[in-house]
Amino acid sequence: MNLSRRKLLKMGLLAVCGTVIPLSALEIFKPEAAASLIHPYSEKKRWAFVVDTTKCVGCGMCVKACKLENEVPFDTDVQRTWVERYVQLKNGEVIIDSPHGARYGFTKNDPQGHDVDEAEVAKGLFVPKLCNHCEKPSCVQVCPVGATYKTDDGVVLVDRKWCIGCGYCITNCPYFARFFHPITNTADKCTFCYHRITKGLNTACSDACAFGVRKIGLINDPSSEVFKIINTERVMVLKPEYGNEPHVFYIGLDDIVR
Amino acid sequence: MEAAELAHGALWTIREGFTYPNEYIYWTIHIVVYPYITGLVAGAFVLSSMYHVFGKEELKPVARFSLVFSFALLLMAPSPLMLHLTQPLNSVELMLTPHFYSAIAAFTIVYLSYMAVVLAEIWFVFRPFIIEQAKEKKGLLGLIYNAMTLGSFDVSEKARHTDEKIIKILAAVGIPAAALLHGYVGFIFGSVKTVPLWKTPLMPFIFLMSAIISGVAGCIVTYILGMALKRNFICGASIRSMCKVLVWFLVAAIVLEGVDLIFHGYTAEESWGIMSELLFQRFAFKMIVVQWLLGMILPLFLLLLPRLTMFRAFTSATLVLIGVFMMRWDVVIGGQSMSRSFAGFLTYKMPIIPNSIEAFREGPFPIGFLMIMPFILLFIFNRVLPVFTEVFNEDDCGFTEGLLTKKDHAKH
Repeated sequence: MNLSRRKLLKMGLLAVCGTVIPLSALEIFKPEAAASLIHPYSEKKRWAFVVDTTKCVGCGMCVKACKLENEVPFDTDVQRTWVERYVQLKNGEVIIDSPHGARYGFTKNDPQGHDVDEAEVAKGLFVPKLCNHCEKPSCVQVCPVGATYKTDDGVVLVDRKWCIGCGYCITNCPYFARFFHPITNTADKCTFCYHRITKGLNTACSDACAFGVRKIGLINDPSSEVFKIINTERVMVLKPEYGNEPHVFYIGLDDIVR
Repeated sequence: MEAAELAHGALWTIREGFTYPNEYIYWTIHIVVYPYITGLVAGAFVLSSMYHVFGKEELKPVARFSLVFSFALLLMAPSPLMLHLTQPLNSVELMLTPHFYSAIAAFTIVYLSYMAVVLAEIWFVFRPFIIEQAKEKKGLLGLIYNAMTLGSFDVSEKARHTDEKIIKILAAVGIPAAALLHGYVGFIFGSVKTVPLWKTPLMPFIFLMSAIISGVAGCIVTYILGMALKRNFICGASIRSMCKVLVWFLVAAIVLEGVDLIFHGYTAEESWGIMSELLFQRFAFKMIVVQWLLGMILPLFLLLLPRLTMFRAFTSATLVLIGVFMMRWDVVIGGQSMSRSFAGFLTYKMPIIPNSIEAFREGPFPIGFLMIMPFILLFIFNRVLPVFTEVFNEDDCGFTEGLLTKKDHAKH
């Protein structure tokens, strides 16, 4: 075979490039990955959550239930779900707090530890929060080892055996739904109680809520309550500007909510 | 509360106003030091390439030194990352199952390819010396030198000529590789869309420019110190040339960082309220005084004054080194100091007393060790390879000075 010098160099370069790129690099050419860029909404099974803030009284039972169910040490100040309190005074000042994630509930009229006279308050509301299980989760995007991933039914999970603990996902979550689990020392977050909902049960937080604030269901299933609310009522998501397409829908949000 | 139950981050974060309940400063001192070290790597390498690729004769005495210095720093670059991980043993997954949508996943590839270029260049540069030593030395040292020759003993005129060609190619390839290594670190920050201080497409370039100024300044300081300690003659032409490089990149860094700040202020997006409080109040001393005035404006002024002295070069370079470290601090810690709720602040307080493993790991001791290690490595390398020796004597220096003045005359 007659090889010109140019051809040899070309083929050599090609062979070198071919061997140095690990096979896993080809992952970016996966058809599913490409398809998800074109069709962000699929018709398949997809879990979603509805929070009716107008019904929330800030008792904190959901936070307590979540901590116990998911074995997040109770006294540690990290939580998979939490409740925020927003108090707008008549002078326009907004006071926000969530002491210990509200796991002991809001029992006094003392936002940020300052007693506020009821006559001064213009409006107040409680906003329960949890992982938004985004359609385009920025946490999954930045995980360097693929330890955090989205399941086929739209729930974002963390593989504790894989997590290296770099904290990139925590930094990249617009909602700060993530934290380091104090026992496993890996990234942790709400799973929509995946171990329960896949068995037909409710999430621990919605079971613990006495006021019907929290609802879990399938977004494409016309018989689910979540489907009915999202399709018939005025709902809003948190921080849509980040483009994550969050899947926790809120009734009764206000512009003071962060 | 028991130490084991303390949330990761609670030990060194003080929260004010409204911050999300899970919000702590997760990226701490290690992530400040990591871009600082890789920045020094990139800058030192670019400096050595100035001689090898662009044939800046007056940089000859520092070309070898800066190459080896770059290597010593490069060896230490991954250690702050390992210290930072909460599951360092899992880090092997970074190589086994990299997820390439993540900027961090490219680390192994970028790092190892750059390491390969630097190692190869060092080998070619010192090859004649290694062979000479391998033939002369006996015992353990002879064995080491023999191993380092990799079985090649050819020092003929032709072989040396080929070596020089290869060095030129490696040095040229190394420049984009160094730019990639550090530009990519900037990308890691610039692509974090939740931190308004980081989120700018300029970030990779800002990091690159500050990397080069810190690297060149690092070389100036270490070189002057190293030579002074050995009581060797320091060539003024080399120092002046390095300072010239420093000035150009200093201007670029000031422009880029300035543009970034002006845009944040002028567009005044939602985050500007809290960001301006950070810039002008909480981080005013660190950012405006140390990073900008002492770290960039003052050294630029000092370097531009006519009749540059060795002392002035040394002072400016030291100031630049401090300024760039402060810049890394302001970016990493400052960025996270603003609550993602834009309604509160987090203050970072480094745990000084090592009363637990976590406090020790996050404290000043491992980081101090990390920062000293490159110099210890440099000292060891200097024992094996002629890093500081074989330098210009006064005649060589005078000759280069003559060349430079001739060039200047030709210009006029």
